[in-house]
Amino acid sequence: MSVLALPGRSGRRARRPNYRLRKVLIEAGSILLGIVVAVWSLIPVYNMLFIAFNPDGYDEFSGLLWPEHATLDAFIGLWNGGVDDVEFFWQQLGYSTYIGLAVMVLTVLVGSLASFAVSRLRLTREWMLNDIALLTYVIPSSTLVIPFYRIMHQYGLMENPWSVITAEVAFATPYAILVLQQAGKLIPIELDEAARIDGASVWQVYVKIYVPLMAPALAAIGTYALLFAWNDYLYQYLFLAAGEHTTVAVGLEQIFDDDDSPYNYMMAMSVVYSIPPVVIFYALRRYMASGLTRGGVKG
Amino acid sequence: MTDFALPRHVSARRPPPSWHRHLHGSELGWAIAFVVPYLAVFVALVLYPMAYGLWMGANPALYAELAEDPNYWKALLNTLVFVGVAVNVKMLAALLLSGFFMRKRRWIKALLVIYILPWVLPAVPSYLSFHWMFVSEQGLIDTLLLNLFGIDGPMWFASHWLALVCNMISYVWKWMPLWTLIFLAGRMAIPEELYDAARVDGAGPLDLFRRITVPLLANLYLISTLISTIWTVSDFTVTHFVSDGGPAQSTDVLATQGMIYALELAKPHLSVAAGLSIVPVMIAVVALLMRKLRTAEVQL
Repeated sequence: MSVLALPGRSGRRARRPNYRLRKVLIEAGSILLGIVVAVWSLIPVYNMLFIAFNPDGYDEFSGLLWPEHATLDAFIGLWNGGVDDVEFFWQQLGYSTYIGLAVMVLTVLVGSLASFAVSRLRLTREWMLNDIALLTYVIPSSTLVIPFYRIMHQYGLMENPWSVITAEVAFATPYAILVLQQAGKLIPIELDEAARIDGASVWQVYVKIYVPLMAPALAAIGTYALLFAWNDYLYQYLFLAAGEHTTVAVGLEQIFDDDDSPYNYMMAMSVVYSIPPVVIFYALRRYMASGLTRGGVKG
Repeated sequence: MTDFALPRHVSARRPPPSWHRHLHGSELGWAIAFVVPYLAVFVALVLYPMAYGLWMGANPALYAELAEDPNYWKALLNTLVFVGVAVNVKMLAALLLSGFFMRKRRWIKALLVIYILPWVLPAVPSYLSFHWMFVSEQGLIDTLLLNLFGIDGPMWFASHWLALVCNMISYVWKWMPLWTLIFLAGRMAIPEELYDAARVDGAGPLDLFRRITVPLLANLYLISTLISTIWTVSDFTVTHFVSDGGPAQSTDVLATQGMIYALELAKPHLSVAAGLSIVPVMIAVVALLMRKLRTAEVQL
């Protein structure tokens, strides 16, 4: 700063107004950035609600910024059913929930057991499990869906939610293992050893030491797996039948494809479909946040 | 290479366990029983489909057919542009924003809750919303441009590049929060004393970022970028729902082009071959990831 170069002045006094100005500028800048971030994050959400509250679902094409006659019609119609293309919404939501929870539980279970065996019981070196997990990523999952489609026929799982569940677990577990392997390094192995000396079985070490101490990472992985299933469209579209026996993601596409469908219903479906992951995430966030800031336990 | 770990836990680490470490009797049995579920998943649901896929795409004639198909080259180019631009923009923005969210202000903590929302919202509804925001001159974006700035917005999906930009914006919106959270955790693990010491030595904010944050987060940043690259190559949903490949299938990426081959043209083998054609790149990315994860300690 140029003030520093001025001779004969107390640097401290000269710097002060400058410092204060800088502080104000930083504050103003961060508020501005905050507004941009908030608008950026919320505009698509607003658009979703805006269309969902339209009376006929076509206001979004009339150059309005908010619905002139906001109404809950679409939500009521969704609740009562009986509208074309959305009559199976609740069954579809049930399917999505079933698949999402199964993927969540299985990914956490399969991933944590494997990670526990390798990094805590030291079955093999840790990089071996990491490398096996990473091999999953060599062929894009959007390509593997084709051989998968044929294999699910062989396994007799076609049009069965377990076709989607098993495939999604296969693609969600690698990342789960990577995260768990890294997080597990923060928990001292001496804890396990002490418990073993005290006579705890391997299973007890897993349940009573590993799982509670890894709770933040497990919560993070569970959320990741749930969102993975909730985000997926391609596998659900190809493996499940249409109509009643499919998920909301596929149901939304059916409305999207049908030009006559009322878009307010599509967006009302979208809003309701968005609620479960949001609720689960913010419920689990407490665990994850403590994990992120604390970084496990103190050794 | 900087090995990045939480310093206070380093003491708790032991030297890497030896391969021959004595696991005996019931302990070995337990360890094997714990690994079996994952190995079963891996063999039945990863190795087998992969082998099947390689077999489906083994015929060299398929690649000759791809080479002659302009749609294939267009999809490959779009994939490279999408991954090259969107992944890097997203990662860089996430790295910078994670610094913003480090500020200890109540309102910034509250803002973080809103900022995470796109990651928590499911992909299909979000991308549908983006589709309707961009789709016509009466969509929300062009309406906002007209009402706030008096600008006649473009027809977003009428131009190849604009449509591709729309896809990328939607993608960045959806995935930036996840990586911001990961970088935020990485930043929190950097001991405050490092910054304090540097400040005493007269370092400015830019110096702190360049000399402390960047080197300490470099491994995490690289690993995250590689993982994100892999995920993005197989992202079917964003292109399918935001631009739907339009205009005139000019924004299709390999993932959506593969489905056109498989479903519209009923050529599943060609579809697999199109996907396999990018596997050499994937192998390079995965190999780099394996090496990085072996040497670096990062919190994902």
